[in-house]
Amino acid sequence: MARILLSSSLTPYTGGETELELNVANVAQLFQALGARYPRLRQQLETDLAVAIDGEIYQDALLQAIAGDSEVFLFPKIAGG
Amino acid sequence: MAKHHVSATVNGDGVEFLCATDQTLLEVLRDELHLNGTKEGCGTGDCGACSVMLDGRLVCSCLVLGVEAEGRRIETIEGMAVGQELHVLQRKFLEHAALQCGICTPGILIAARALLARNPDPTEAEVRYWLAGNLCRCTGYHKIVEAVQDAAREMRGA
Amino acid sequence: MIVASGLKYQARELKIVGTRPLRPDGVDKVTGRARYGADISLPGQLIGKVLRSPHAHARIKSIDTSAAAALPGVKAVISRDDFADMAEEYAAAGELTINFRDVTRNMMAREKVLYDGHPVAAVAATSEAIARAALKLIKVDYEILPHVIDVIAALRPDAPLLHEEQYTEGVNPRPARPSNLAKRLEFARGNVEAGFAAADTIVEREFTTKPVHQGYIEPQACLASYSEDGQAELWTSTQGHFVFRAQCAKLLQMEISKIRVTPTEIGGGFGGKNNIYNEPLAIALSRKSHRPVKMVMTREEVFRATGPTSGGHVKVRLGATRDGRITAATAELSFQAGAFPGSSVAPASMCAFTRYDLENVRVIGNDVTVNRPKVAAYRAPGAPIAAFAVESAIDEMAKKLGIAPIEFRLINAAREGTQTYYGPKLGKIGYIETLEAARAHPHYRAPLGPGHGRGIATGFWFNIGNETTAALNINEDGTATLIMGTIDVAGGSRAAMAMMVAEELGIPFDRVRPHIGDTSSLGFNFITAGSRGTFAGGMACVVAARDAIEKLRDRVARIREVPLEAVLWKDGHAVPAEGSARQFAPMSLAEIAGQAGKTGGPIAGHAELNVQGAGPGFGAHIVDVEVDRQTGSIKILRYTAVQDVGRAIHPAYVEGQLQGGVVQGIGWALNEEYVYDADGILANPGFLDYRIPVASDLPFIDTVIVEVANPNHPYGVRGCGEVPIIAPLAAIANAVENALGIRFYDLPMAPPKVLQAIDEAAAAASKA
Repeated sequence: MARILLSSSLTPYTGGETELELNVANVAQLFQALGARYPRLRQQLETDLAVAIDGEIYQDALLQAIAGDSEVFLFPKIAGG
Repeated sequence: MAKHHVSATVNGDGVEFLCATDQTLLEVLRDELHLNGTKEGCGTGDCGACSVMLDGRLVCSCLVLGVEAEGRRIETIEGMAVGQELHVLQRKFLEHAALQCGICTPGILIAARALLARNPDPTEAEVRYWLAGNLCRCTGYHKIVEAVQDAAREMRGA
Repeated sequence: MIVASGLKYQARELKIVGTRPLRPDGVDKVTGRARYGADISLPGQLIGKVLRSPHAHARIKSIDTSAAAALPGVKAVISRDDFADMAEEYAAAGELTINFRDVTRNMMAREKVLYDGHPVAAVAATSEAIARAALKLIKVDYEILPHVIDVIAALRPDAPLLHEEQYTEGVNPRPARPSNLAKRLEFARGNVEAGFAAADTIVEREFTTKPVHQGYIEPQACLASYSEDGQAELWTSTQGHFVFRAQCAKLLQMEISKIRVTPTEIGGGFGGKNNIYNEPLAIALSRKSHRPVKMVMTREEVFRATGPTSGGHVKVRLGATRDGRITAATAELSFQAGAFPGSSVAPASMCAFTRYDLENVRVIGNDVTVNRPKVAAYRAPGAPIAAFAVESAIDEMAKKLGIAPIEFRLINAAREGTQTYYGPKLGKIGYIETLEAARAHPHYRAPLGPGHGRGIATGFWFNIGNETTAALNINEDGTATLIMGTIDVAGGSRAAMAMMVAEELGIPFDRVRPHIGDTSSLGFNFITAGSRGTFAGGMACVVAARDAIEKLRDRVARIREVPLEAVLWKDGHAVPAEGSARQFAPMSLAEIAGQAGKTGGPIAGHAELNVQGAGPGFGAHIVDVEVDRQTGSIKILRYTAVQDVGRAIHPAYVEGQLQGGVVQGIGWALNEEYVYDADGILANPGFLDYRIPVASDLPFIDTVIVEVANPNHPYGVRGCGEVPIIAPLAAIANAVENALGIRFYDLPMAPPKVLQAIDEAAAAASKA
């Protein structure tokens, strides 16, 4: 099971939860599982979120693999000027 | 409204054009004579991107009317290089990385050439005050000032 | 070759990367040949002009365009009725997610006008004079509504409401009433109450900044041509031609393949050219008139209707122990989003304290709609506002504790492995190296003149990757043509890309000619923003070059009838692998290219990536100032910017990014601000009254390039364009405090404000 940590900025959409464990093999599965669990998070998952898998940041990388013992952090995407 | 027939010299060539009374020299250069090297950044004489020489005097071409060019001598960026040979200032701007987006560059080159024509050995402060009417948002002016001073050195043969 | 996200850094000897060749776009720019947005024309083109709201906030009761349409020479008039309404639909663009419902309303007002300058209608006519005359004939019946500009005023319960259906997102439970607070974000880590309880000293301050404009010298300009078979061509000055194409397609309900966008040379962007303005209007006018339509903004339109950045209000509280360890930090940032939600408050909140290794942090970000143009990104969007507050408070805390500000920062500095409060741990970063380089610089120890002050501040920015493509065609004579999908937003990324490709191919720099491809020549590219040009664009170019090299090796293996592994690529030649039994006569790139057609066809390399692994950048700035006590004018005497850029591909162009960013920061600190009158009308929409720094305001800007390689880029690039604008605001405020003993909490530190503060301090001193 991967350890999933959610940025505190997402608590309004997750009923206050910031940490959970999920059995997911990649980012797409992670987002699907999170969307099922937290319907209010779905729009954020669609456009607003990046993940860090074991410290490496990924944006828009749905097929990126998540290992069974990975630590995954979800937080807002970054753009810039 | 009838247009005015104007004869002038641009970069050494005789030109004739028709222009409306309210058309600026900048608009004439760009829209009638298709000399697009002179740029419009503000249209109010505040940015210097449209700097040209008019009878040897540095002017903002957005503040001069096309009809005022009658019988006069205009110099623009298109006349700065001679054939394949870039003007020293043009070369120094490239060597010193004195341009980024380049939209202010034609106006600054024209203004810098006018400075060196009257003052071949300007101090840093003299370069900065002379160019204070030419806005550049990319470079912070650092490399522009260096390029102008280096060009002055080369032109003096120093 | 399939590369999922990119290549890793490898230290090796380099021949071209790190040198200073002349930029490929240079000669065209010094001779006036370069073609910017306003320089593109087509035969038979019309001139398009926009009618803009004269009110800050009003309901549109009716629009009558009949008299304008009847004016001879007018070929098309459009208003809200010419565009389909859009439902709530989100897409990534620029600094934050956009909502198409808002984008269509910003492009052309529907129910209400929300700011002075908001487009209401547009015309295309055979001349600019006729177009302007036609605008005067359009009758708009407005019901004027009360307006609000200031971010704190907009948060009051009785404030005029911009959006009647806007209920604050990000709070539980959903608010009972709509408000101008579009979104509230909160990032927290640890226990700030306990942290403050453990502090020996607390600093708590409030700061404000005014909206400032990106101030690119080239106003937005575009040319659209819509043909009878439903195809549109668009030339425009943009930081993101693919994103512009996607947005125009959506807003005009066209298929993406039917729009081709060619980016012109761009006369400055800084984030301000991430967003569409006139482009869909020009296509719509062309569709209606069956003629090409050119639209060039005036400077006044640029100021009134295009992207300034937010004005902000920031509350900061810091707690620290006597020995200089920060025990807790909180901030609440409230940013003007402009007329529609989506300011840079999220990245600003995430940047606010990320230079420091903190256990206990809470940052709240408020995104607030007000009657101003919708903000656009501006170089490290939002970060300068947050850093002005936090780095001023850090300075004050250091002084209270009697610790040198740079030492205080070093004690608390973020490093590799520091847990951020917004997300992941930081990877390999160079903040400490940057601070140490600043401390070692002669400027840091140079004696100060009487009445002079010195200030230090630091900045952090994430940098980004995103979708990026490139194609590298090996020409018949062994030269290479590089087609990039990112825009050279003036910094010289064309040079940097060509340098990396030349390094990879092992050929001279001038044998690689870079061009920026139009939207039909490459796959999708995200906007060139977030300092991603040389990082992500460079990644794509290197991947494309290595793809081409693989094909070149394969071709030589077949020509020389040796196994692929017997062929190495070295210094522009296919050579036999050392010690291989299968020796063969080496072939140069030109030889292979010359035979390519007859040995299997032309050779090219490609990259289609979503680049990951952006490396954060840190900067440390030192500034000396002198304050004229008679006029209140602040003079910058000396400035040194130190920055970790990962690797400077072309050091002169990196220096240029640092110098340009610093000077924009100086303008933000000292002069620049949007001034609104009592009716919410912008009072200074021109360079005369909106004063950006000029050459005589400034000294030389010294730069120190620190290179802590980004492990996730083949040449170690981090990106460098945004970090330099972050630190100047606070660095200058700290220097002014050092000079005068007066700390400024509100920007800009313009002469009248400074003079008043000096006079008040003198009056207080004489009373005491």
